[in-house]
Amino acid sequence: MKEYREFLHASDNWMKGIPAAAGLYIGNAYVYSKETIVVKEGKIKDVEEAVVAYREAIARSKKEMDKIFNLAKEKMGEQRASIFEAQLMIMEDPELLDVIEQRIRDEKAEPESIVKDEFNKYLGMMFDAEDPYMSERAMDVQDIRNRIIRNLKKERWTSTIVPGMIVVSEMLTPADTILFSRNDVKAFVTEHGGLTSHAAIIARSLNIPAVLGVSKLLETVTAETELIVDGFYGYIFVNPTESQKEFFREKISQLNKVNTALKELINLPSVTKDGVEIELQANVDVTGEFERITTSGTKGIGLYRTEQLIEELGEFPDEETQTRIYTDLSARAYPDVVTIRAFDLGGDKTRLFHPVEKNPFLGLRGIRFLLDNKDIFKGQIKAIMRSATNRNVRFMLPMVSTVKEIRETKKLMKECADELKATGVKYSGKIPFGIMIEIPSAAVLASKLAPECDFFSIGTNDLIQYLMAVDRGNDLVADLYQEFHPAVLRTLKYIIEDSKQFNISISICGEMATDTLAIPVLVGLGLKSFSVSPTVAPPIKRTIRSFTYERAEQLADECIACASEEEVLEKIAAFFEEFNIQRTRYLI
Amino acid sequence: MVKRKVKIVNRAGLHTRPAAMLVKIASKYKSQFFISKDDYRINGKSIIGVMTLAAAQGTELDLDFDGADEHTMADEICVFFERGFEET
Repeated sequence: MKEYREFLHASDNWMKGIPAAAGLYIGNAYVYSKETIVVKEGKIKDVEEAVVAYREAIARSKKEMDKIFNLAKEKMGEQRASIFEAQLMIMEDPELLDVIEQRIRDEKAEPESIVKDEFNKYLGMMFDAEDPYMSERAMDVQDIRNRIIRNLKKERWTSTIVPGMIVVSEMLTPADTILFSRNDVKAFVTEHGGLTSHAAIIARSLNIPAVLGVSKLLETVTAETELIVDGFYGYIFVNPTESQKEFFREKISQLNKVNTALKELINLPSVTKDGVEIELQANVDVTGEFERITTSGTKGIGLYRTEQLIEELGEFPDEETQTRIYTDLSARAYPDVVTIRAFDLGGDKTRLFHPVEKNPFLGLRGIRFLLDNKDIFKGQIKAIMRSATNRNVRFMLPMVSTVKEIRETKKLMKECADELKATGVKYSGKIPFGIMIEIPSAAVLASKLAPECDFFSIGTNDLIQYLMAVDRGNDLVADLYQEFHPAVLRTLKYIIEDSKQFNISISICGEMATDTLAIPVLVGLGLKSFSVSPTVAPPIKRTIRSFTYERAEQLADECIACASEEEVLEKIAAFFEEFNIQRTRYLI
Repeated sequence: MVKRKVKIVNRAGLHTRPAAMLVKIASKYKSQFFISKDDYRINGKSIIGVMTLAAAQGTELDLDFDGADEHTMADEICVFFERGFEET
């Protein structure tokens, strides 16, 4: 990342977004914008003809949506495709359709104008609610309205897109994304949208790189603009220079090599040169992406982020829905383990709930939120217990800062087990229980938390952010977000030593674990379990296989003794040279 | 005419998925079915209407059913509400 940072400093033709789907691509932009619809107004002569045209437009729109629905089912699975179902039902809505038809007859006006007017009555209410969920649904309804009007105009969706383009758009609806996937689109870049938007989910499941949420994108990028899209780090380069293109061509060729090497790595064990086994597990962000894990050479799931379900399903999953999803996941991972983390809501992740907090990152997050919303929490605990009958499910709490939070949770777990017992459903009350260590107070007091837990998982993103008192999203101070700062390494060492003293297992699931540069030092500090995104598992495994545990321990000792990140990085660079390790993470 | 009062018990409220299910259940019956929230009244067989309702947890709704199968319809729909739109 250091070299990448320098690379960025040397130029100013890049824009930053959210890395929503991994991959690299150099190509031309296809700017996709939905034309603003101009509706024909005025009176008509032949009412019968207008009614027939209206009915035909509805039928055609329905057929289009049917096609999209089926395509989505095929590409994304039944459950996630159901986001299209409500849209389809709108076109069978008897009330809406009858009222529009009646108005065409009574008012003898252009069907287009009446469709627009009638839909807008509902849209107005939905937008007025000023609820982000409602606004999103309103967009779905708008999509249907525009589709019907376009069909009334007998206009076809003229797709001028040629294969091999990068789709650049303000936002992408699920329908757009799924349709583009048929046109050999090579990358997606949008102004709005995030990691869990449907566009992101679809892009990942199709292996198409995507950078979303790039502000001012459409002011900068016009049709045919040449772009580099980096779905690993979330950057796009506009009108790249020859040397930038060369830099990325080199990366792409390295990436291809890594991907080839990956095939050989999948079945090789994850061990150091001197035979110390290092466990490599997967982080799962999106439930439907399980297939990618099995092909990544990881074993088991070290982190399943359940809060993503809310975005994925578009609503809060109840106990039954959760039970179904967790059970399916545990069955598919069996006999390997699945670590389910309780909803980590709050911070920037709140959507269905709107607490107004001045400083959400220091506010009602993670376990604090859950203990404040016991009905939600108990529903989730019960679902996890019901899915744990195969004994391969572990339960983990986010954002723990005190012993009290652990004890209160255990009390709730007892209540849940008793209630489940009374209903007679199958469940397991004995699930391994662990916590995320991501708040400095928990790190300092790890020896007092360890006796209450079966395992620890270190979340480096928040830990470093809170330890260094730096918001890494803030460009003014982002340089202070230092993963290799000796203070960070020392903190990790305390946590690891405390866990060993109490003989509980410990792993790391933050972004730091995905940086090949960090691997030797983390292993040397005593970490023998890593949970990473499946995409980066192969280079991580390759790194682990190229050094000795003995030397890694020495490296860790040297790094701990350093005074600055620069000094640590020098030691690590020397270590990489010594073992001739390819720095693949930097290359991709 | 049958009149019933129901309360939204699930946390997420009457969001898209339960809305779609509600309309599907309602469409099986011949009777008319209306949902009222305060002064706002919509046809329970209209997905777009139910979508605009988006009643949050705790909200009370008045339901009225009118037609040949109004009793069985009212029973099935009330159970659906009471169970928090349980997906089965």
